[in-house]
Amino acid sequence: MCDTCGCGQEGNPVRISRPGETDLHQDHSHNHDHDQNNSHTHDSVHSHDHSHDHPHQKMIRIEEDILGKNNLLASRNSGFFEAKDIVALNLMSSPGSGKTTLLERTIEAVKESRKLAVIEGDQQTMNDAERIHRTGVPVVQINTGNGCHLDAEMIHRAVKKLDPPQESILFIENVGNLVCPSLFELGEKSRIVIISVTEGDDKPLKYPTMFQQAQVCIINKIDLLPYVDFNMEKARENALAVNPKLELFELSAKTGEGMDHWIQWILTREP
Amino acid sequence: MHELSIAMSIVDIASRKADEASAEKVTLVELDIGIMSGIEFISLEFALSVAVKDSILEGTRFKINRIEPLCECSSCNHLYTPGQDFGACPECGKQEIEFIRGKELQIKSLLIDQKE
Ligand SMILES: Nc1nc2c(ncn2[C@@H]2O[C@H](COP(=O)(O)OP(=O)(O)OP(=O)(O)O)[C@@H](O)[C@H]2O)c(=O)[nH]1
Ligand SMILES: [Mg+2]
Ligand SMILES: [Zn+2]
Ligand SMILES: [Zn+2]
Ligand SMILES: [Zn+2]
Ligand SMILES: [Zn+2]
Repeated sequence: MCDTCGCGQEGNPVRISRPGETDLHQDHSHNHDHDQNNSHTHDSVHSHDHSHDHPHQKMIRIEEDILGKNNLLASRNSGFFEAKDIVALNLMSSPGSGKTTLLERTIEAVKESRKLAVIEGDQQTMNDAERIHRTGVPVVQINTGNGCHLDAEMIHRAVKKLDPPQESILFIENVGNLVCPSLFELGEKSRIVIISVTEGDDKPLKYPTMFQQAQVCIINKIDLLPYVDFNMEKARENALAVNPKLELFELSAKTGEGMDHWIQWILTREP
Repeated sequence: MHELSIAMSIVDIASRKADEASAEKVTLVELDIGIMSGIEFISLEFALSVAVKDSILEGTRFKINRIEPLCECSSCNHLYTPGQDFGACPECGKQEIEFIRGKELQIKSLLIDQKE
């Protein structure tokens, strides 16, 4: 099976579709050798009478990056984005921190001044893609099945289908998860991690890898601050302890409070 | 469970290298995995036991070196092991952490039996 996107996994195909589409398999044009029925008959009748000094044992140095294949595909994606002056942004968070809501609000605010496109990633359902579709911005949905993250091959396939316009901002909403997505480069320009005030101010310390790989951290749902035990000072401190270069935004995607700084950041993105 | 995709990549790379070296059998695969790489070690071990099925790595022993984190203060270049709170540099008190070790995700080496 294909280990980059898991597309060969039985009963767990990665699907990429536009809202309203029914045939979910039409773009699955992959034909790598999945070598399903390798007739491993193990007939090397290991007559166990050789002296146990293993004369032809050999040590091979490899020193190869386990994620090398993904990283290579990611740099291809990033080359494609550069050639088309596309700014790709990878949005990551726990489930329900407000990625899609933030995207909806951001799209409303910038769609008159910038060309936009969206890739949605979820294990199941087209819900988030439907929500983005209503804003009028082109979108494709990646359904990863059991997969807990997007990877560079999925993005490569999704981009082919989406065909984002020249000079656009491409938002990629990753699968809701603070661990796995941090390992898989997609070819994006920047990584944005979102936490919400209902999650606790120690998130950066608990998931340091995610916060170290990101350039931007958004603290969302600040409208709920009066109702929860969330220490904003502490949260900022923790985020910056893990990654001193993080750019922080505090906002409410619901009420719009604090959105102006974020919108400013978006509007000043250049490929 | 991204450890499964990681395990499948490991099996993929190691099988290819073993093949290139005309291996009959792979006795040992040595990995460097950083504590800060985002990998759960127990999950990885389990994922490997699943991923090796029907590959040349079935029955192979995996030696996983856990690489402890080490960071450098970008301000005074002091090297130190970060604590749970990723606190400031113990030398100069600045908060300018830069990881130089602990994020490894590497296949180091294979020990193989070559075909005669
Ligand atoms: N009070 C409040 N609720 C919010 C805010 N932003 C999002 N929500 C709510 O949080 C819930 C989850 O929001 P989504 O935007 O769907 O979150 P998500 O991160 O896209 O979720 P997944 O895609 O499932 O991981 C919804 O009920 C939103 O209305 C906010 O700023 N304040
Ligand atoms: Mg969503
Ligand atoms: Zn694949
Ligand atoms: Zn494939
Ligand atoms: Zn995972
Ligand atoms: Zn220092």
